[in-house]
Amino acid sequence: MDLLRFSTCGSVDDGKSTLIGRLLYDSKNIFEDQLEAMETSSRKRGDEVVNLALLTDGLKAEREQGITIDVAYRYFATPRRKFIIADTPGHIQYTRNMVTGASTSQLAIVLIDARKGVIEQTRRHSYIVNLLRIGRVVLAVNKMDLVDFDEAVYRRIVAEYREFAAGLQNSMEITAIPLAALHGDNIVDASENMSWYGGPTLLEHLESVEVADGIDHEDARFPVQWVIRPQSPEHPDFRGYAGRIAGGRFRRGDRVTALPSGFSSVIKSIHTADGDLEEAFVPLSVALTLEDEIDISRGDMLVSSDNPPQHASEISAIICWFSEKKLLPRGKYYLRHTTREVQALVTALDYKVNINTLERLDEDVNFSFNDIGRIRIRTSAPLFFDAYGRNRQTGSFILIDAGTNETVAAGMIDG
Amino acid sequence: MSVEIVTPIHLSHLRELESEAIFVLRETAAQFENPGLLFSGGKDSIVMAHLARKAFHPAKIPFPLVHVDTGHNFPETIAYRDQFVRDYEAHLVVGYVQDSIDRGTAVEETGPTASRNSIQTVTLLETIEKHGFDAMLGGGRRDEEKARAKERFFSHRDAFGQWEPKNQRPELWNIFNGRKAFGEHFRVFPLSNWTEMDVWQYIQAENIPLPNLYFSHPRRVFQRGRAWLDAETGFVSPQLDEVVEERIVRFRTIGDVTCTGAVDSIASSLDHIVAEVAAARQTERGTRADDQRSETAMEDRKREGYF
Repeated sequence: MDLLRFSTCGSVDDGKSTLIGRLLYDSKNIFEDQLEAMETSSRKRGDEVVNLALLTDGLKAEREQGITIDVAYRYFATPRRKFIIADTPGHIQYTRNMVTGASTSQLAIVLIDARKGVIEQTRRHSYIVNLLRIGRVVLAVNKMDLVDFDEAVYRRIVAEYREFAAGLQNSMEITAIPLAALHGDNIVDASENMSWYGGPTLLEHLESVEVADGIDHEDARFPVQWVIRPQSPEHPDFRGYAGRIAGGRFRRGDRVTALPSGFSSVIKSIHTADGDLEEAFVPLSVALTLEDEIDISRGDMLVSSDNPPQHASEISAIICWFSEKKLLPRGKYYLRHTTREVQALVTALDYKVNINTLERLDEDVNFSFNDIGRIRIRTSAPLFFDAYGRNRQTGSFILIDAGTNETVAAGMIDG
Repeated sequence: MSVEIVTPIHLSHLRELESEAIFVLRETAAQFENPGLLFSGGKDSIVMAHLARKAFHPAKIPFPLVHVDTGHNFPETIAYRDQFVRDYEAHLVVGYVQDSIDRGTAVEETGPTASRNSIQTVTLLETIEKHGFDAMLGGGRRDEEKARAKERFFSHRDAFGQWEPKNQRPELWNIFNGRKAFGEHFRVFPLSNWTEMDVWQYIQAENIPLPNLYFSHPRRVFQRGRAWLDAETGFVSPQLDEVVEERIVRFRTIGDVTCTGAVDSIASSLDHIVAEVAAARQTERGTRADDQRSETAMEDRKREGYF
């Protein structure tokens, strides 16, 4: 059984939490005590039917206001797949959580209210999904019951969305499905009300869709997390570089280069607690030992000697700004990229994107909460990276405010 | 020499979760000065200790196991803990709830449903302070409870040990920000993405030994709410209308005796347990009295510093 990570995005009242609740309920992944708890809460709130949204709205403030504030992670499994859902809030002020949820997803469900069609928030969410290079989108046209299950309405929305998506920077595979989440139409079981729709139900699609994980399977990348040195009588000389493979594959006997030193050596063993491997690949956690003693520590990267990553201390990147405090040019930030942390100086603010119109603004650029745009950064030590479009792990970073320790931005390196 | 080629296309979900948890354990060791691994003897913390051993193999686990001991333990749990510590030459730190009560920093609940579950938080925070821990690794999972579903892998706690769920640091890709001010600490949850089923399947796949409490056994119990409570250890007293009887039961989760309920079960092996969990219609926390005190019981306790 394999794992599919997906996120859901929609506006307030699109019925996103209801859709997830329905998906879990109809696939028999809700337990009796959870259902009882929801029934009790629904009665207290005066809801007429069991409010499936209460399953995902976990925080007190969320239940009081009937909105989702923070990303909630949900889990369910069918005999075919295990799923991790990042349920991300649609509020304007919580865009940072959408980016967070999308960053680990392989597929996104973009929810649309059939009565409203493609609205500003739909465009904003899709732009973020596209920016984070999620290559698979399910366009879930919900509340079809409120438009009399009218095929023409559905067709019009899908056509409008496809036209909009064609203008986005990166290509996306779009699968559209008409739904009535509240009643379960086309969630798990095919809708009897929309016989004109011949495609898969949402669950059928999620169970069978092939997804890329945004990780480069060719260029071998191994950010070093920790050096294992037991210095015990049984292992006096063991020196293993522990990490999780971030790209490609490593084989015993492969020639690798350590960055930043540039020294190269040969992989002596690929160590795990369950025995040595001949070969390891993304996303396995292993420890590599080398034939030669070279100086390697946390933050260094072992890479295939044949295709090294880019190497620079000046980068240009798209960032999403998360802080109430504005980005300060010349301000002090830490930049964390793979296992490496360096100091960063923002040297230029190139442009900001108006994510409602998708226009670039390049005059008087300043970044405040939820802004997205391109900046240039100089780092105190070089970074070894790939373009984000090639590898989501070696192409991404976060900025940390040196004063508050808050994570203030997510960055995707150009290339 | 034959070389086994493994295709990267479909790594099993258990291998992927294991790899993710090991990554988080190593990040914790690397980013903090003085982490500790919360170890209750429950199955999640047993899996955590197992993963910690794997993450740093062939070296020893580079941080201590930390047990917050309510004094209301199943003897099997303590025996298991001590055996694990001996087998893997791990370092063990114990914080006693009784010490907090004796010092007057924690006040024991009274009445028939009295439990030391909520005052564990006091002892936990005192233990963190006494030993200067700056990160506590816990076996909490997002599928356990609705407030936990909002939890980060690296979860920031202020100088009072409090969680602020409305203002959490965003956590992107697999980059974890463990930066903090002096006196603050982190709770780290490597099993965030695991479900109860994943934990059981992993225990089965790895053949991890467990305390006998998890397997069906005869026990004198009495019913309270939807759970069978233990009548053997003497830590919970049945009320007048609660009848003690012997049943064949097992525990789905193990915590403090006073709030851990057993379920009727004849599952006597891991294979049986996995089958039983797959067919279960109740969550494992459905038998935890501590979660049923109010709709937001877990969020309220977590805000105060509970794990």
